[in-house]
Amino acid sequence: MSSSSSTQAAPPRSGPGSAVPRRAAPAGRSRRAGRRTALTASGFLAPFAVLFLTMMVAPIGYAIYQSFFTVHRAGLFGGRQSTVFAGLSNYTTALRDHDFTASIVRVAVLGLVQVPFMLGLALLLALLLDSRSARLRKTFRLTFFLPYALPGAIAAVMWSFLLVKDLSPFTRPLSHLGITTDFLSPSWAPVSIGNMITWGWTGYNMLIIYSALQTIPAEVGEAAALDGCTGWRLAWRVKIPLVRPALVLTTVFSIIGTAQLYTEPAVLAGARIPGVSPKFSPIMNTTVGMDLGPNLAAAESVVLALVTLVLSFGFLKYNQRKGAVA
Amino acid sequence: MSVTPSDLTARAARAARPARQGGETASKVAVNAVLGLMALYTLIPLWWLFVSATKGSGYLYTGAPLWFSHFDLVANVKSVFSFEGGVFSTWLANSALYSLVGASVSTLLSAMAGYALSKFVFRGREGVFNVILASVLIPAPMFALPLFLLMAKLDLTDSYWSVLLPSCVSPFGVYLCRIFAAASVPDELLEAARLDGAGEGRTFFGIALPLMGPALVTVFLFQFVSIWNNYLLPSLMLNSPSRLPVTVGLVQWRSEFANGVPPLLPVTGAFLSLIPLVIAFISLQRFWRKGLTAGAVK
Repeated sequence: MSSSSSTQAAPPRSGPGSAVPRRAAPAGRSRRAGRRTALTASGFLAPFAVLFLTMMVAPIGYAIYQSFFTVHRAGLFGGRQSTVFAGLSNYTTALRDHDFTASIVRVAVLGLVQVPFMLGLALLLALLLDSRSARLRKTFRLTFFLPYALPGAIAAVMWSFLLVKDLSPFTRPLSHLGITTDFLSPSWAPVSIGNMITWGWTGYNMLIIYSALQTIPAEVGEAAALDGCTGWRLAWRVKIPLVRPALVLTTVFSIIGTAQLYTEPAVLAGARIPGVSPKFSPIMNTTVGMDLGPNLAAAESVVLALVTLVLSFGFLKYNQRKGAVA
Repeated sequence: MSVTPSDLTARAARAARPARQGGETASKVAVNAVLGLMALYTLIPLWWLFVSATKGSGYLYTGAPLWFSHFDLVANVKSVFSFEGGVFSTWLANSALYSLVGASVSTLLSAMAGYALSKFVFRGREGVFNVILASVLIPAPMFALPLFLLMAKLDLTDSYWSVLLPSCVSPFGVYLCRIFAAASVPDELLEAARLDGAGEGRTFFGIALPLMGPALVTVFLFQFVSIWNNYLLPSLMLNSPSRLPVTVGLVQWRSEFANGVPPLLPVTGAFLSLIPLVIAFISLQRFWRKGLTAGAVK
């Protein structure tokens, strides 16, 4: 991680772990001690490692394996089934599946608009909270962060009442103001889903940026103030460049979060809202597609994971290079 | 964290220079107005949920949306708990079971693994740690579908295990525990214990674990809330109403709205299910901060 965040509790690079001083020990004994250390360490690691391998590594491996096979049904009624190697055919099917590619494009567009908006808002709020004009800092911080601790599914149920035109308590008050928009019509539904994500995650991102702002030494602000750099110019010229690592981090988290979009559209689709199709997001595609066979769904998950990794790591690398040049 | 809010105000006071009073007041009003607007945006939906949960059956859409009328909270709560043979309390109990067991086990396993990665030097240590770190960057939902495929193969879907087992793994917890173990367990103490003849197990459970205690609350809290709030994994794995957690159950009520589930059930149910989380959130706030600032390093 970069230098400005290293003032926080950084992971020990070279751990202070050499527990037993072996200064005078002969080589044989020291090697034995080393082996014993490794043995003890693996004893402590083993329970986690077993679950990690079975619950995270094995499923991914199994999905990748599945994605290269297909089930052949022989006979009229599909009586005999045989699994045969399919090469990349599941992948080509996935990429030709219009619903799947359309959902990727839909969610990518949603993210391109929503992520900058949400992070801009989070940055603005963090800067305001960090400014000396702010009052009730702790209350505001706690309030903004609250939605993060609440289940996205329950929040989505709540919004599904607040936004559905026939149910929303705000339909009538809004119509008095001349607003009769159906926020869950096909054209507005992505905006409403973006609103739900913004409501849930702005405070979380704000807190990460705010924590980074607080690590800026007081002297930096004072020196800038002496040079006549205050207010917005202080924020723009001094503070924002210094919290860049936090902004990069929240962007990567948000890219990942957008790629895995599921709960909000799934709740709305489950509530049979016409503007949200059951295949709104890529993950919804894979779960719906499960009925057609796990092989295609597995290939789609792999594609999705790869796209996410390329985007998030790509953004990280791009920023590292830009940071190095700057 | 090296700078506390009180440092911040001190720094603000120091930086304050005799400036135009008018500009100061205007900026104060503007800054707090924007913060206040955001607070309203955050709180109004939750306030609506609370008010609506108290409205008598059939009065949800009448009257002012943000103020009480036909107050009937007790009857609503009763109907939530009695609907479909009291399935709501089963859902709450399931959520508590998944979250308590999952968070307890994963916290213990993370503490052990984090301790091993921080306090022992062995070949491949950084490699193991990097694999764990990389898996933090791949979000949990990416694992949900492959997990479902595997569980289906093993005939474990629609069982408690299908949700419990994956909940017991938390790479992020291991990451946090490694930081916390390095920060809060002095090597000298471990050495002294070993010299006194304490076995490795006793050294860990008797000395390291208590020292890591406060930090482990943070790990437990993050894992507890992430299991409680999880939707994709249980909704994929489970079918039987008696095994659902409250998130999946309430979404089902919401989607069965068209089939005659009255809206006050999901509304009041949603409100009730949020109460324990809001209480935990407010009473444990300092632990949140710790996890977030440590997490922000990665």
